[in-house]
Order: sequence, then C-alpha cells, then structure tokens
Amino acid sequence: MTGADIRNLLRGDTRADRVVPPTGYTAHLTLFVAGAMAFLAVFALALSLAAGRIADRWASELAGAATLRINAPAEQLAAQTEAALTVLSQTPGVSSARALSADEQAALLAPWFGPDLPLDTLPIPQLIEIIEGEPGLDALGLRLRLGAEVPGAVLDDHTRWREPLVDAAMSLRRLGWISILLIGGATAAMITLAANASLAANAQIIEVLRLVGAQDGFIAGAFVRRFTYRAFFGASVGTLLGMTGVLLLPEASDAGGFLTGVGFQGKDWVLPVLIPVLGAAVAFVATWAAARRKLKELS
Amino acid sequence: MIELENVSYTYGGGELLSDVSVQLQPGSFHFLTGPSGAGKTTLLKLCYGALLPTSGRLSVFDQDISALDRDQLAVLRRRVGVVHQDCQFLDHMTLAENVALPLMVSGRGESSGQDNLTELLSWVGLGARLEARPPELSGGERQRAALARAVILSPDVILADEPTGNVDWEMSQRLLHLLVELNRMGKTVLIATHDLSLIRAAKSHVQARVLRISQRKLHLAGADL
Repeated sequence: MTGADIRNLLRGDTRADRVVPPTGYTAHLTLFVAGAMAFLAVFALALSLAAGRIADRWASELAGAATLRINAPAEQLAAQTEAALTVLSQTPGVSSARALSADEQAALLAPWFGPDLPLDTLPIPQLIEIIEGEPGLDALGLRLRLGAEVPGAVLDDHTRWREPLVDAAMSLRRLGWISILLIGGATAAMITLAANASLAANAQIIEVLRLVGAQDGFIAGAFVRRFTYRAFFGASVGTLLGMTGVLLLPEASDAGGFLTGVGFQGKDWVLPVLIPVLGAAVAFVATWAAARRKLKELS
Repeated sequence: MIELENVSYTYGGGELLSDVSVQLQPGSFHFLTGPSGAGKTTLLKLCYGALLPTSGRLSVFDQDISALDRDQLAVLRRRVGVVHQDCQFLDHMTLAENVALPLMVSGRGESSGQDNLTELLSWVGLGARLEARPPELSGGERQRAALARAVILSPDVILADEPTGNVDWEMSQRLLHLLVELNRMGKTVLIATHDLSLIRAAKSHVQARVLRISQRKLHLAGADL
C-alpha cells in the first residue's frame, strides 16, 4: 500500500462510505473493543512509565553514592577512620568523603532502636559517606587498597541491593510495554474478526459493487474507513476514561511508596493521547489486510 | 469487441461450456438461447470477466481477459453493462443512488452523471421513483432500474441475462424496446433468454443473430430474424 493509497483511504468519501450499511453488531463490537483496549492501554502505559521513573530514580540516587563502614576496636576507630579518609581523598572518582557524626548515626538507627539509644556505650562502626565523581568509582581497586591500609574497612557501593531493585523496576516497565503490545495485538485480532464478519455479511453488496466495476481499493476503502473511524472513536472514549481514572489515583508520596506513584507526570500526559491514533492505525491495517484477503477469496 | 476462441469452462470437474467460438461485433444485436442450465449465464459471466475460461482465448476490447488482474477487470466491466434476472441492489440506498453507483465507483464526478441521471431514469420510466428504496420496487421497475444502472456509464456492450424473466409480457416488450434503442445508439447487445416469443417479437425491430447453446456447445440457431 502506497502513501497515496493511505491518503485516499483516509480522505474519505461520504457517498462511497454509504455503500456499506451503517448498522450491524460489528459496529458495536469494534467500538467496545477499541474502547476497552484503550482503557487498559492507558493503565499499562501509566504503570510502565511509573516503573521506568522509579528505576531511573533508584539507579541515579544510589549509583552516585557509596558507604564505607569501619569495624574496628574503639581505640583504633579514629585512626582507621582517618586513614580511610586519607585513602579516599587520594582515590580517583571520589568527589567527597566524610565521616558521619554520632548524631547522624544515631538518627539512622533511631527507626529501629528508638531515639534514646546510648550510642556511645555500644560498639557502633563508623560510617563514611562517599559521593562519587568523575570518572566513577573503581570499587574493586578501592577495596584492595583499603584492605591493605584500613583492615576494618568494608566498602558498600550499593550494587548488591541496588541492582535487584532496579532490575525489578525495569522488569515491571518491560511488562507494561509487553502488555501494551498484547493489547494492540488483541485489538487487531478482534477488529480483524469483526471486519471479516462484516465483509461476509455484506458479500452481496460486494458482488453488486464488482458488477458495476468497483475496484478492490474502493470496496476495501469503504470498510477500512468505517472500521478506522469506529476504532478511533471507541479508543478516544476509552482513553478519556482511562486518563480520568489515572488522574483520580493518589499522588506520589513517600508514605504511599511505590503504589502511589502510578500515573503520568508532565510530558507523559501527551503519550496516552496517542493511543486513539495508534488504535485507529491498528484498525486501519487489520481491516485493510482482512478486506484484501476476503476480496481475493470472493473473486 | 468480444471474441471467444475455443473457450471451455469447467467447474467442479464438469465441463459447462466446450470449445465455444463466437465474435460479437460492435453495434451488433444477439440473442443467446438454450434450455435452463445449458450455460447461458456462464457464457455471459465469461464475457464480463466474472468467470475466467478454463481453456481457450477470450478477448474483450482486444484485451485477453485471462491476463487481466482484478482491478483491470473492474475497469473493463465499466465498459460492459450487465442486467441480471435477479437484479441486485443495495437496499439501504435510494433508487437514484443505486443507479448512480457505477459513477461513484468509477470516480466520475457527480456533476457529469447527475444531470443525466434524472433523464436516464425518466427514459426507463422511473423518473418519479428517484427516492424509492429497491424493496419498494416491482419486478418490472427493478429490471428497468438495473438497465438504467447498466447503461449510466454509456458502456459499449450490454449483456442481459433473462431480463424479462420476472416481468409480464407488456413489461418485457418495454424492456426489449429499450435494449433495441440502445443498440440503435451503437451499443452491442447480447440477451440471454429462453423466451422464444421475445426473440420473435424483436424481429420487426432489429437485425439480430440468434445463438443457441445445447450440449455445452454454441450453435448459430438460424438465419437473421
């Protein structure tokens, strides 16, 4: 099919479109399927985008930092901390490094042990916060050097628990996109069935059109336009309802965690608007293929 | 114009037409007779490309019909007006829209045909029925409407398959006169009918050749009427 064919098909011809009777259950089926699938696609898209945002946030927030823990007897703790800071100051890829104060460490433990923890009486390791810079931290090299110079140092570059989280978020994003593809495929299949049923039900009309010299493009076009516009209208309604549903979801918040972040943000709101267009495109291709196949069968 | 050379047509293992050869010259008038099931409709369908010969050569307007694709056949059909006994219409459209259907499918502007549409429908006696739906029409009106639809593109050839099969004698005469009139305008006319009285009635109006199909073969039935 050439671009000119597509333009001619979409340009429409109200008189030509009248050759296909406007009623029939396939009309309702197409509208319903397009609407329902668009509704689902909006949520799949929202889920996918939210998962992507979370993956990006987790990756960026955790990738730029590392923690060094000094486990040493109390009398060596200060010296090893000092040695570690010296090593870190000479290490490429470390933008800054600082030892957390006693109050900061107590604040970190407070959620588990309460605010009255007698930190100075407990053998709490010293934590050093490392902020990465260019060209990036060589964790393996740093560990080897720390192992030689600061025996009580344990470097945690967050990789161990960052990767599964990011992987999980990325998987969720992939699932969202796969869902959208499946929704598109199911829509195409349903519209193909509806188009086939409509073509079969209108076999006599096709026969008359052929008798008077109609070419396949004319006959197929009448059906294709009908199904494309129906799919567009149904998908528009479904998308509108879906977007309203997403709008009514709770705003993202720390207290709500992941579940409250499902939705569209900023420019993301443009993407669901494309769903009716894609739905119409799916209907266009599915009906065109079905019509050409059916017309070949009927010849 | 239409030329069949040793054309045979087989369907479902059975040969319906065998080794048929005939030429329809421009402006000629033909009757095709034979008993029911002899193959008259099959021969007509071959002539406008609804069926393709199993063997032999069939050319229409100097084009080998077997070499044309579906879209080329569609264009060829615009030069061949066809009237069937059980003429089919699009019931959800008006009579005027049905008759104008060939204009629509051929992409010809409404203005070029619309002016002639009313005149054409008046010519076949349906000038007052423009907005009627096909189910509201009588058998004779349907036949005349089918004839109007068949000629609206001013085709070179008119093929009529038992056009008077569902109408009374008076109406069949009226249809015959319309077809004779078209022939006088230079159109080639081929009428398939088993009604010999129609052929006899045509004798006084037109020089016609009578072809007869029997036992799958085509024969010249006799001298010109």
